Amino acid sequence: MNKRGVTPVTIQEEQEKLDAAVRDIVRWHFSAETGCPFWLRWAKEAGWDPAQEIDGFADLIARFPNFRDEWLRDQQPEEWVPNAFRGKPFNVFETGGTTGMPKQRIGWNDFRVDYSEFSDKLADEHFPRNDYWLMMGPTGPRRLRLAIEHLANVRGCSCYFIDLDPRFVKKVIANRQFDIARSYMDHVVAQAVTIFKHRRVSGLFTTPKLLEALSERLDLWKAGLRGVFCGGTTMDPQYTRFLVEEVLENRIGFYPTYGNTLMGLAASTPLKPEDQYSITYYAPQPRAVLRVVDPEQPRQVKDYGEWGRVELTTLTKEFFMPRFLERDEARRREPRDCYPWDGVAEVRPFGAMEKKIVEGVY
Amino acid sequence: MDLPHIPCLRWGVPYVSLNQNDIIDYRDRRPLARVSQVNAGVVRRDLRQAARARAALGKKTVAELIEISSRAGEFFLREDLPLGEGDRRQTAEDYVKTLSATSGLPHVMVRRNMEKIHYALTQMEVILTGLTRKLDFGIVDRGYGEQHGTRIGLFPMTDALGLVMPSNSPAVNSLWLPAIALKIPVVIKPGREEPWTPYRLIQAFLAAGCPAEAFGFYPTDHEGADAVLERCGRALVFGGQETVDRHAGNPGIQVHGPGYSKIILGEDEADNWQDYLELMAASAVENGGRSCINASAIVTPRHGQQIAEALGRLLGPIKPAPVNDEEAKLSGFANPAMAEYIDRTIEEELKTPGARDCAAPFRNGDRQERFDGGNYLRPSVIYCESTDHPLYNREFLCPYVSVVEVPPAETLARIGYSLVVTAITKDQDFIARLLDSPEIARLNLGPIPTMKVSWDQPHEGNMFELLYRRRSIEFADGLGPRLAVA
Repeated sequence: MNKRGVTPVTIQEEQEKLDAAVRDIVRWHFSAETGCPFWLRWAKEAGWDPAQEIDGFADLIARFPNFRDEWLRDQQPEEWVPNAFRGKPFNVFETGGTTGMPKQRIGWNDFRVDYSEFSDKLADEHFPRNDYWLMMGPTGPRRLRLAIEHLANVRGCSCYFIDLDPRFVKKVIANRQFDIARSYMDHVVAQAVTIFKHRRVSGLFTTPKLLEALSERLDLWKAGLRGVFCGGTTMDPQYTRFLVEEVLENRIGFYPTYGNTLMGLAASTPLKPEDQYSITYYAPQPRAVLRVVDPEQPRQVKDYGEWGRVELTTLTKEFFMPRFLERDEARRREPRDCYPWDGVAEVRPFGAMEKKIVEGVY
Repeated sequence: MDLPHIPCLRWGVPYVSLNQNDIIDYRDRRPLARVSQVNAGVVRRDLRQAARARAALGKKTVAELIEISSRAGEFFLREDLPLGEGDRRQTAEDYVKTLSATSGLPHVMVRRNMEKIHYALTQMEVILTGLTRKLDFGIVDRGYGEQHGTRIGLFPMTDALGLVMPSNSPAVNSLWLPAIALKIPVVIKPGREEPWTPYRLIQAFLAAGCPAEAFGFYPTDHEGADAVLERCGRALVFGGQETVDRHAGNPGIQVHGPGYSKIILGEDEADNWQDYLELMAASAVENGGRSCINASAIVTPRHGQQIAEALGRLLGPIKPAPVNDEEAKLSGFANPAMAEYIDRTIEEELKTPGARDCAAPFRNGDRQERFDGGNYLRPSVIYCESTDHPLYNREFLCPYVSVVEVPPAETLARIGYSLVVTAITKDQDFIARLLDSPEIARLNLGPIPTMKVSWDQPHEGNMFELLYRRRSIEFADGLGPRLAVA
């Protein structure tokens, strides 16, 4: 058993499940009946047949190159429609796009699967059933907007929305127009205050900075808030501690997550004293796999506890994306009781120690 | 032995952050202490309680706080004081050695800085008298009163004074000391390499009986520094020209940027330049050339080349010395990249025709020198043919002075802003024009080193005027100050 309560047998069983999922998904995407035009053409040009030659996750890492983000910018959405879903209208979700063309991912039902599963990880005391949610964060073309609404629905109620346009925020911060950024943040937070004043809301999705700003305008507990589902920017251990102890006063539930339109969401395990407020996220394996890899040799994982670049592989029937290098870095963490696979901890923008990164309020 | 850990102080209450920075010896990069670093949210959150902190400090009268300041001065200069967590204490000698090791200042300079701070604390009554122009301190306590037959109302402009401090010179901490005696708590963001002085000052105040709530001590990042500046209402910040430009026009923020201090020789005294060489040299070199009141330019109607060469001969041979050498004149660089940057900048700009380094022939080595494991910059004396040369009116964190000839009639129009001007002249017309100039913050008439400061006359901003504003006031019968005092 490792120090986080997981036996080697459990880890091995999960690895086998992942290998089986990899075989299924690769066969799906590289078979003429079910696969999408992009991957079928790619296999033809690559001169090998993944459907036949990939037997597990190790093969996927060894054989596939890093997924290139320009593929999601340059290709028309139809290129990604699996033949099995042809004719079924799809959602187009976006990520990035502060300048130029955003990355686009299409989808049908994945977000419902991810968020229904995530709902099971939420405690009713923090997110009471049949009670309202508020989302204050990036809505627009993002998967997150539908996902949060689905989450509220799954838990028996509905969600209010306040939009935050992260592209605008990043642009004004990059232009050093800090007054505009602050004014925009005030504008967003003021809308949330209004909702809390006039409506009953117990669950909130927002970003850490917006949560902090909201807490300066409102007594969150008295306003009825009981649980916060949070994601979007770096939360180092000290910042996490500050949010838990001071903003949420150790009594409002805190559920940090790491995710994006391409992955879905990686949940974190409840913080324990020994974690020292270091948040570890675990991908929803086998639908997505996160690894912490050596930036110079990205097929190699780093040792536990070491920093490396985050690599994401998405494995669903709707979307196959092998070995995508995220613009984030993290520490590699051991499997733990409820997640018998590797986690990524203390995620921050890639190169954060070397250069200034624009994160703003998002 | 484990490293001392300096916590953040949240209105006097120690707080150990999960983020901690090592402060290292500038010579061998060995960590000497660990400092808790807080996120900006902690600062913002605490500042919401500033009124409570001011109320706690406000229970003391100005007279009591002057007394406390005086005792704090003695504690600061001589006594063992708590250092961080546990029972660890710091002697005055420990303070000298550790500050020297992390800042690069030789011991002798740290001691001189300590003495300046000691003087400011023990002479607080004189300083407040100067700042308030002899206001009855009871009026600050009550908020209103009568003096010289005039009714006076006073109100504070803030509940806490924000301070974004530098790392280069400990004595700059003397600037904020009057705030405590004026009943305004301080929220200090220390310089990254210099938590020692503000932390020791706080401990000295506490030992002297000052309420702990009066002190916020927040080692933090840029966002935290911005929170201090934006949320305090009144703040002091130290920085370069970029910092000055950023806060220009903000009445709540007093910016202490480059001083561009100068010595100007008048037409009548230019031929006597040799009489003032020692004064010029001392003004350029004292305190390692790190102060904004160090002379960074000498302006003369003639003999510019001879002055530069003579100064070069005096300053060029100055070398790094061991930190405990009583004659040490140069400071090491806590950040070696800064020394490299300054050296590179000067060398690059010497390529622009019209300037030469007159100290170079007397150095017998490079401007940048490694000594005892540390990085040092030896003095530079740059003769510039014109005020248009990029090396005129520059200020660096080392002994650096440019010398330029300017026709007397054009001097004031061409010298630019100056924190201190020492004008060596008896020419009454020229003196009248100097007195008229809005570009000069402090004017020394006659051969007075630029480094000389008057504690009762602030050379850069008036703390009392920053913290308080007058209002007109009338009292109905029975509500006047005499009754209130009774």
